[in-house]
Amino acid sequence: MDDKARARAEGERFLAAFAAAGAVRVEADILQPAATLLDLYGEDIRARAFLTADPVRGELVLRPDFTVPVVERHMREGAEPARYCYLGEVFRRQDRAGGTRAAEYLQAGFEVFDRGDPAEAEAEVFARIAGLLAPLGLRAAVGDIGILIAAVEGLATTPARKAALRRHIWRPRRFRALIDRYAGRSPVPPARAALVAALAEGRGEALLDAAGPGTGLRTRAEVAARMAALAEDAAAPPLSAVETDLLGALLDLAAPAPAALSRLRELARDLAALAPAADRLDRRLAALADRGVAVEALGFEASYGRTSLEYYDGFVFGLYAEGRPDLPPVASGGRYDALTAALGSGPAIPAVGGVIRPGLALALAEGRA
Amino acid sequence: MRLRLGLPSKGRLMDQCFDWFKARGLALGRSGQAREYAAAAPGEAELDVVLMAAAEVPRELAAGRLHLGVTGTDLVRETLPDWAETVGEWARLGFGQADLVIAVPQAWIDVDTLDDLDAAAAAFRRVHGHRLRIATKYHRLVRDFLREAGVADYQLVDSQGATEAAVRNRAAEAVADITTTGETLRANHLKVLSDGLVLRSEATLFLARTAPWPEAARAARARLAQRLGLAQPDG
Repeated sequence: MDDKARARAEGERFLAAFAAAGAVRVEADILQPAATLLDLYGEDIRARAFLTADPVRGELVLRPDFTVPVVERHMREGAEPARYCYLGEVFRRQDRAGGTRAAEYLQAGFEVFDRGDPAEAEAEVFARIAGLLAPLGLRAAVGDIGILIAAVEGLATTPARKAALRRHIWRPRRFRALIDRYAGRSPVPPARAALVAALAEGRGEALLDAAGPGTGLRTRAEVAARMAALAEDAAAPPLSAVETDLLGALLDLAAPAPAALSRLRELARDLAALAPAADRLDRRLAALADRGVAVEALGFEASYGRTSLEYYDGFVFGLYAEGRPDLPPVASGGRYDALTAALGSGPAIPAVGGVIRPGLALALAEGRA
Repeated sequence: MRLRLGLPSKGRLMDQCFDWFKARGLALGRSGQAREYAAAAPGEAELDVVLMAAAEVPRELAAGRLHLGVTGTDLVRETLPDWAETVGEWARLGFGQADLVIAVPQAWIDVDTLDDLDAAAAAFRRVHGHRLRIATKYHRLVRDFLREAGVADYQLVDSQGATEAAVRNRAAEAVADITTTGETLRANHLKVLSDGLVLRSEATLFLARTAPWPEAARAARARLAQRLGLAQPDG
């Protein structure tokens, strides 16, 4: 058998384990409508996925993962609780010459939609995947985007600032720039300072008149609404040094999971909104320990998962070959409740899942990677 | 050994290229009829001059079918992934300057920076139910620039010409386009963001790094460098 056929056989072995855990095997079209992904991830997806088109259906994408089609299928016809598994190629675009990322590779995935105990579902997904890969001696990294979201919600600042920060959690540099601005640590751009000063003098309408008739879809009312938002933001007190320090400490938090939990409890004394997030981490670690996971060996990083695909909004994990930073994670996954809300029109469905790269797992096992 | 040099085949840019070489003592000229896409160099110059659309020069350099080529920095960076490894900048020619900029309607007095654009895009999407559209033909450059700046909730729509009119035509809310003086943008009621400069472009003599450079070609290149008064390129 060639490497690809053997990778598939290895994937089938993983899938059998997921099926034994009650997962229903599903397939997904390779060609997916691009609009869904573009709306979720924005233009960046064009640099990461293969887009194509036909004159009738418009833009299509070679599936970059199974999560979106599996969620859509679940919304359409699934009853809960539900668990799914799948095996198939995904396609990732190479935007850099000489890059080493594979353009297509197999993914074996396991997804759980369950409104029951979230810690239990997260522990199960992690433990099953880590268990299958245990012979490889991989290093596990975990994080929790929910902690950052909780920290942002807990800041003593305006709802508009919280919304802006929340929106940019997955863009670390932008997030940092916003914090600096809200803390008064970066200068106000001159044009904005002038505009805010003019608004304070009640010259807003006059400025709008002087700017002349608008072109395009964005209306004068929308411009006026944003001007009002700018005035409100300028009047808001800066973020306190206590809170920005706390946020910095949180973003830098990286420690073995039990130590990270203690640190989080300390931080929660100054930012009460972190307490429920710390409780969730506590319950998750207990559930993992119940499943035989050595939680003291889990590396917890509060910023983990911030630069990956935007849909993870809670627990995140990755399993890596030790000493091989050149390789992608052998497995990764996490919680993505918000994705189910974004794809459906209703409320979020609690969802957690993960994928293994059988080809990479096999190559590592055989010393070929 | 003769080197293959690609030059823009049309208009002012071609004339300026000819002028640039002529000023350095190398008189190139269109061979035969005016419509023929070939140019001649003096026999001793060891140059085969090929005329082609400026937009095709980057691809031909990358494929190794040209040793040398003149085109805009904008086209090289838009067309070639990892351009710095594929081609080398040998000389900036001092003409064909143009800026690739992000511009928005003048009536948007609340938008002066990329930070404003990002906030306006978020609000726009809430109101209109779709992402804020930016018309451009420089998809890669603009996307990389906006990603670097952390702008979200925008969408690039393709525009291969008369991009400044896209907003008035309601095909887009903003544009990313090449401008020299900004006059066309202003005439279409658009203004450039204060930090909206994506790239400063200029006609540039590139050399293909991926083309085969046997000893004879290197020697010819060295003689050409001397003749044109250019520094010997590295690599």
